[in-house]
Amino acid sequence: MFENLTDKLGNVFKGLTKRGSLSEGNVDEALKEVRTALLEADVALSVVKEFIDKVRVRAVGEEVLRSVTPGQQVIKIVNDVLIEVLGSNESELLIDHAPPAVILLVGLQGSGKTTTAGKLALHLKSKKRKKVMLASLDIYRPAAREQLRILGEQAEVSVLPEIDGESPEKITKRAMAASKIQAIDVLILDTAGRTTIDTAMMSEAQEVFKLSSPSETLLIADAMTGQDAVQTAKAFSELIKISGVVLTRTDGDARGGAALSMRSVTGCPIKFVGVSEKLEGLEAFHPDRAAGRILDMGDVVSLVEKAAETIAEEDAAHMMKRMSQGSFDMNDMLKQIGQLKKMGGLGGVMSMLPGIGKLQKQMAANNFNDKSISKQEAIIYSMTKKERINVALLNASRRKRIASGSGTVVSDVNRLVKQQQDMARMMKKMGKMGGLGGLKNMMSSLGGTSQDAPTSDGQAPAMDSEKMAQLQKMMGGNMPNLGNMANKFGGMGLPGLGGNSSKKRR
Amino acid sequence: MALNWFKKLKTGLSKSASKVGGALASVTGKKVVDQLTLDDIEDQLILADLGIQVSARITKKIKDKKFVLNDKKEIASLDITETVAAEIEEILLPCELSLFDNVTSKPHVLFLAGVNGSGKTTTAGKIAEQFRLQNKSVILAASDTFRAAAVEQLKTWGNRVGAEVVSGVDGGDSAAVAFQAFQKAQNESVDIVIVDTAGRLQNKKDLMEELTKTCRVLAKLDDNAPHQKVVVLDGTVGQNAHSQLESFNEAIGLTGMIITKLDGSAKGGVVVSLAEKFKIPIHSVGVGEGLDDLQPFKASSFSRAIAGLDEL
Repeated sequence: MFENLTDKLGNVFKGLTKRGSLSEGNVDEALKEVRTALLEADVALSVVKEFIDKVRVRAVGEEVLRSVTPGQQVIKIVNDVLIEVLGSNESELLIDHAPPAVILLVGLQGSGKTTTAGKLALHLKSKKRKKVMLASLDIYRPAAREQLRILGEQAEVSVLPEIDGESPEKITKRAMAASKIQAIDVLILDTAGRTTIDTAMMSEAQEVFKLSSPSETLLIADAMTGQDAVQTAKAFSELIKISGVVLTRTDGDARGGAALSMRSVTGCPIKFVGVSEKLEGLEAFHPDRAAGRILDMGDVVSLVEKAAETIAEEDAAHMMKRMSQGSFDMNDMLKQIGQLKKMGGLGGVMSMLPGIGKLQKQMAANNFNDKSISKQEAIIYSMTKKERINVALLNASRRKRIASGSGTVVSDVNRLVKQQQDMARMMKKMGKMGGLGGLKNMMSSLGGTSQDAPTSDGQAPAMDSEKMAQLQKMMGGNMPNLGNMANKFGGMGLPGLGGNSSKKRR
Repeated sequence: MALNWFKKLKTGLSKSASKVGGALASVTGKKVVDQLTLDDIEDQLILADLGIQVSARITKKIKDKKFVLNDKKEIASLDITETVAAEIEEILLPCELSLFDNVTSKPHVLFLAGVNGSGKTTTAGKIAEQFRLQNKSVILAASDTFRAAAVEQLKTWGNRVGAEVVSGVDGGDSAAVAFQAFQKAQNESVDIVIVDTAGRLQNKKDLMEELTKTCRVLAKLDDNAPHQKVVVLDGTVGQNAHSQLESFNEAIGLTGMIITKLDGSAKGGVVVSLAEKFKIPIHSVGVGEGLDDLQPFKASSFSRAIAGLDEL
């Protein structure tokens, strides 16, 4: 979601870090560009103003301007303020209320309430082991209730049966009663979309709010919203007490301005983000990690977690062993491709890596996508077991056979083989370097691996400027290398990641 | 009807309008427009989603303009507001085009596309109603085979306006549904086919290709089909609308756009820069959930509403 903003800010900061010393004028100039970047990303004007003021006050202090690395200091300040704006704590749903705990969903038309209701139901059922009921109060939009019923069936949770002619208030009462009888833990109320200046509809929402006294009232907002995000969020939070925000369609290419605005305007945390059209496409929102993504410092913590979720421990252990031996054959590569796919494909992984914005674009430009990965898989599957272990066997005629077997051409096969050899060479090098020591340092300088992540007070681990500099050196500084790497691998089988990071966690 | 739209739009815009008025009120008594006022004007335009570039440019025009002083030797604040409206109108006017101007073929295929939740299905229903009022027969093609209950939603609209709905199986091929609907319209000499497609985010390559394919399949029955390819934009959208228009235009070659949800607090100002950049006609605006809540787009009304002025 944040890619474009990341790019813009990256350019601004590049200008700053190049300088040995900074004047107030330099900072002002940079901040002007930051302002433009934020406004183009649809961050609310009031939030932009506040943001710029905060950064300026801190950035023109003696300490920064006279420090050895003023540029780095400014980036650190922006990072800190970003986290402040986004809210530093992630917040869980409050649903441990005496059952049924009610979650009320409100928002504009077409913001994604019904879909989110279905996603939340599945989330609560499968991850929190709650007994969930869905009830639609949308008596206005054609087939809205039908839609919720279908989603409820897909998520395998109860759905309050429809009775025609009932008012939303009446449905609310019936849903509360039914939840009690059926010993439901969480009742999710999906309401009709409404504009905030529609007074009749807003008082209906207030009435439902009073009747159901929800444990959570979530504002569902579209990530692509413009400046109106503020109006809408304000109006909703003034008329009914909002407890959190769910930002939908963050898998689009919106620049994430709404994400930055919501917290400041409502004072409520973003609790979830919608990341796909599928019922599973709901993720918890981590403000500190989002700040990292915006500044292109990556989100390695999420990557590690994701890896741990999807990659079996034995696989990781096996991979480590192979790596420390410095061996890496086609079977290993196949395994890694599988892991990469499980983790949400290339796009999913890449978006979490630091300094990779540009590389991602290059790859898109070269049409290198998840399809190319499937192609690679097909090529390996067309090899015999012996060939997979020993690529030296692959003479011209064997390569021809493999190409026709996998529906590719010989040059594709050649490329894959070269790639595998490059990776094997790299593995060998890494093995010599003592495995993943380097990576480990890198992780700890991020200020939060899974082991030492959120500190006891729940605050995001702060980054000091030294770590920032170090990080910049390791990550930012490595960026060109990463680029080269991609070129060298001619399309980089990349994998590796899966095994490494998951292992890292232990 | 037009008045109705303006009223709704104006109510939505009243907050920003009163703010512009307030800012401009401070101008009276001065012989030049001062920086504070200019900043306020720019802020209000940004708040209306006009985007930073267009806002800055309009503000600069105000700054450079020589205003005529009234008999008190002051600039009348109304003059400034009128100028803002005129600048916006100048950009929008070339894009004002009725949705019904180029309906010449029979059957005429109108293809609706857009991101999720922008209001395609509702708009399809409202357009069908307008054709019904013109005594034209309509088939609605439920090409959204993905979203739960999308077909049922369109069927309800079909019942309301007396239009037949052609649908396939859930999760089925959306292009096939569009094709069948068109074929049926040809066989039964129906006037209009409105194709309601599934919402899709513009950066999902596969889904955008599906749109391209659906258009290609329709062209098998008539080289010129779909005759109109209209993107439905949510009026609350911000600068992301640019990316939406670019991708949808690239995928299917848009012939127009419809802006929905302008009855809320959002101003839809991003269409100003869209009009300037893409020069794609703007047909209609959606101002409510009712059958008749689709109004022709009028550059003058839209511009004056953004500037907080009454309709001429």
